[in-house]
Amino acid sequence: MADTSQTQTAGPQWLGRAVLYALLVVFAVYYLMPLFVMITTSLKTLDDIRAGNLVALPEEISFAAWVKAWGTACTGVECNGLKGNFLNSVSFVVPAVIISTLVGAFNGYVLTMWRFRGSDVLFTLLLLGCFIPFQVILLPMAQTLGYLGIANSIPGLIFVHVVYGLAFTTLFFRNFYVTVPSDLTKAARIDGAGFFTIFWRIILPLSPAIIVVSVIWQFTQIWNDFLFGVVFSSGERQPITVALNNLVNTSTGIKEYNVDMSAAIIAGLPTLFVYVVAGKYFLRGLTAGAVKG
Amino acid sequence: MTTATSASGLDRPRKRFADYLETALPKIVLGPTLLIALFFIYGFIIWTGWLSFTDSRLLPRYELAGFVQYVTLFENERWWTALRNLGIFGGLFILVCLVVGLLLAILLDQRIRAEGILRAVYLYPMALSFIVTGTAWRWILNPGLGLQNLIRQMGFESFTFDWIVTPGMSIYTVVIAGAWQSTGFVMALFLAGLRGVDDAIIKAAQVDGASPTRIYTSIIIPSLRPVFFSALIILSHIAIKSFDLVMALTGGGPGFSSDLPATFMYTFAFNRNQIGLGAASAIIMLMTVVAIIVPLMYSETRRGHLGR
Amino acid sequence: MSTLSIINVKKRYGPVEVLKGIDIDVKDGEFLILVGPSGCGKSTLLNMIAGLDTITSGEIAIGGRVVNDLSPKDRDIAMVFQSYALYPNMTVRNNISFGLKIRKIPKGKQEETVNRVAKLLQIEALLDRMPSQLSGGQRQRVAMGRALARDPALFLFDEPLSNLDAKLRVEMRAEIKLLHDRLGATIVYVTHDQIEAMTLGDRIAVMKGGEVHQLATPQEVYDDPADLFVAGFIGSPPMNLVRAPVAHKNGKVGVNLHDGGETFFLAAPDAVQNGLSAWNGSEVVVGIRPEQITDDLARGHERSDRIKRRAKVDVVHPTGPDTLVLIQLNDTPVTCRVHPETRVQSGDNADLMFDLSKLVFFDPDKETRIR
Repeated sequence: MADTSQTQTAGPQWLGRAVLYALLVVFAVYYLMPLFVMITTSLKTLDDIRAGNLVALPEEISFAAWVKAWGTACTGVECNGLKGNFLNSVSFVVPAVIISTLVGAFNGYVLTMWRFRGSDVLFTLLLLGCFIPFQVILLPMAQTLGYLGIANSIPGLIFVHVVYGLAFTTLFFRNFYVTVPSDLTKAARIDGAGFFTIFWRIILPLSPAIIVVSVIWQFTQIWNDFLFGVVFSSGERQPITVALNNLVNTSTGIKEYNVDMSAAIIAGLPTLFVYVVAGKYFLRGLTAGAVKG
Repeated sequence: MTTATSASGLDRPRKRFADYLETALPKIVLGPTLLIALFFIYGFIIWTGWLSFTDSRLLPRYELAGFVQYVTLFENERWWTALRNLGIFGGLFILVCLVVGLLLAILLDQRIRAEGILRAVYLYPMALSFIVTGTAWRWILNPGLGLQNLIRQMGFESFTFDWIVTPGMSIYTVVIAGAWQSTGFVMALFLAGLRGVDDAIIKAAQVDGASPTRIYTSIIIPSLRPVFFSALIILSHIAIKSFDLVMALTGGGPGFSSDLPATFMYTFAFNRNQIGLGAASAIIMLMTVVAIIVPLMYSETRRGHLGR
Repeated sequence: MSTLSIINVKKRYGPVEVLKGIDIDVKDGEFLILVGPSGCGKSTLLNMIAGLDTITSGEIAIGGRVVNDLSPKDRDIAMVFQSYALYPNMTVRNNISFGLKIRKIPKGKQEETVNRVAKLLQIEALLDRMPSQLSGGQRQRVAMGRALARDPALFLFDEPLSNLDAKLRVEMRAEIKLLHDRLGATIVYVTHDQIEAMTLGDRIAVMKGGEVHQLATPQEVYDDPADLFVAGFIGSPPMNLVRAPVAHKNGKVGVNLHDGGETFFLAAPDAVQNGLSAWNGSEVVVGIRPEQITDDLARGHERSDRIKRRAKVDVVHPTGPDTLVLIQLNDTPVTCRVHPETRVQSGDNADLMFDLSKLVFFDPDKETRIR
């Protein structure tokens, strides 16, 4: 896009730029404020919180709230902190991300390079699946997990997240593979390569970027999920988001905001870390998801 | 390899098993996904639909009982509150996100130094869970030690900002937190759209003597129409299935004044053992999504075909 | 023996028949061109020969063996694609040897083959580069190298030159021709470019609407087009096709033409006198190539089968080697090719020499030749 402000005269232009930057900074402060408040609050003592205000810096930095949130805070009846739930989340997020990405890659490959009658219909069906409010599948899924004997278990959560993540991962890979010329597959077939060889030797080596996009998207979605966690798991097996919500809502004794904030940061840290490290791919996932129509 | 003689009298090698397998493989590989899509999405929708026509309570029962649950649902004051809240939340949330998102995108599109950093700052909330967002804003918005306290300490003794604990107002705090999380995303969409506008068109407009404001209002923003639609579809989708944010921010409270259909469904289906009623509310949610998104998508794809 | 037989081959997608019974025999070492406008079915036919598309009915035999039920890898073919289709993640060397690797050819033999092919195509210096580091022409060579390495019974080319710029295209055309002469390979080559078709092919199959309209040598196709479509498709600028009434004059059958004013009579060649006389009094389409309407400078003097007529010049297009002159005959624009030193200007009346020996006539409704 062209610089449309170039056409202005010198004086107002200087002023205009100043206003522009001021606005941008104000917005930046607004977006950063909650994060700042979370971090400072988590480092304060309870007395410090009561004595100071929202934006005041801690009198002295204390990690006690972090330690408590991690190890001893109550999340309902149990008082073991978030550490168990953090590990829970890791233990189902990692397999769910890997499986859904792999299957999505395969689906995308088949849907673009090996089209058959009905494959487009199938893709459309899957795509529309992205749009349903998940409330509409909760009750049957709860029953089905029971029948399969994986209700309230890590495999159960993996299963649910893979099933409902497939639409997105398939979409990512399909949209990427349609940009790969189909002549490539034809050439490989004539060279004697089969279905799997073409995938492993030709297509997959082209895909690192889209794999990263898919992995990041799935990781963020599944780690941040609350609905499936709260419906399909209980007690010790709950993921971290559910435990965080329980911790905040546990009304025994006084409200420890510093512990709440530490817990919130702990729950948000993995996805924030991914965002900082691979923001570019995160954005690509978001916009790829946006053009799903 | 077996051979036979063809109609033309030439050797005609037959297909081998491996060849059959090779042609069938794509379908075999896609099969499970097909079954999953059909069963776990469409089958479950039908299943839930069935449940909504029974009088299931604690346990699902499958004898049809007509529209009882729907009648009960629409006689339930709490459901009406949830629907009204969805209207307020959905409308405001979408409006704020679109307006602020577009504004930020335009501001960022002025050859800003440090654009990358600013963009990252506006977008980072999107990486957070709604639960984390809700927890943070719950602390900020609490009247005791949060924002209200801060402003009072600054000298405005009578300042009051206690929406989060005020029935009828708490739904607006959901809008604040929701918009904080999602505007960055809309900004990113619009920014990508702005960058996609053909340079030559803008240059032509400049040559024609159009002012920068004029160029934006009559050329650039209208050309963002497809982006606008994508954003609208995604935002309405987020709004309708919003669940986590309310749970973490207000828990649906005070009372049930900030309930949304999603929290209503959860409460009745899983806490109050009203499976039939929960199913009915889920079906209404699905119908709302269909009613909003299908026309949007339809008009957009149709326009796409005609316009290009 | 590397022959190819296509016997009554049809292709149907649902209710749409895209190939309506194709019969072509390609001899060992022959260079066959499939040419036609887009959508004529030429690429579909090529894909069916390759095994990338199924055959609805009929038979395709390569080297005397019907390959209908064989997968591409078992058909003993190699293919060069329009987009080159080089594997982006492999070096040039690995691109060339990939097919050999899959076929489990011993390592030493693989290297030997790669080196031989690289030498033949003069791409030895590129062997360790990635496709993204190559120019269009280099990619084209690598794509051909990949096909050559396999030493197949049949080479298939799918518009291999259409992504190259004009200059490179001419060079590569010459090289493909040379390669064919040296290797004596059997080649089926798809193109929509009629110049490529004329220069490369031993025979040309001109296709349209899923049918072969003519299958003949380039010169036959040019001089003796089977129907109106072939006449209009082959040749640049294309053959002039003018509707004209059939008439008798001095005991000969021919057609009457006018340039807005005076009517003049063009007698048909002796060979079609009989055929054309049946059309006396009705309209036919007469075909005459631009180089058959020329001037003294280009073509010498009047003879029995050459007549000189004056016509009004509408537009003059100098092209360098020739000057193209547009006139109107029977209200149809007609291109004539005159010597560049002939001074004509638009609006002039010019003396033009009509070569009658190669006039062709078509049924205006059925679009078939009148012989």
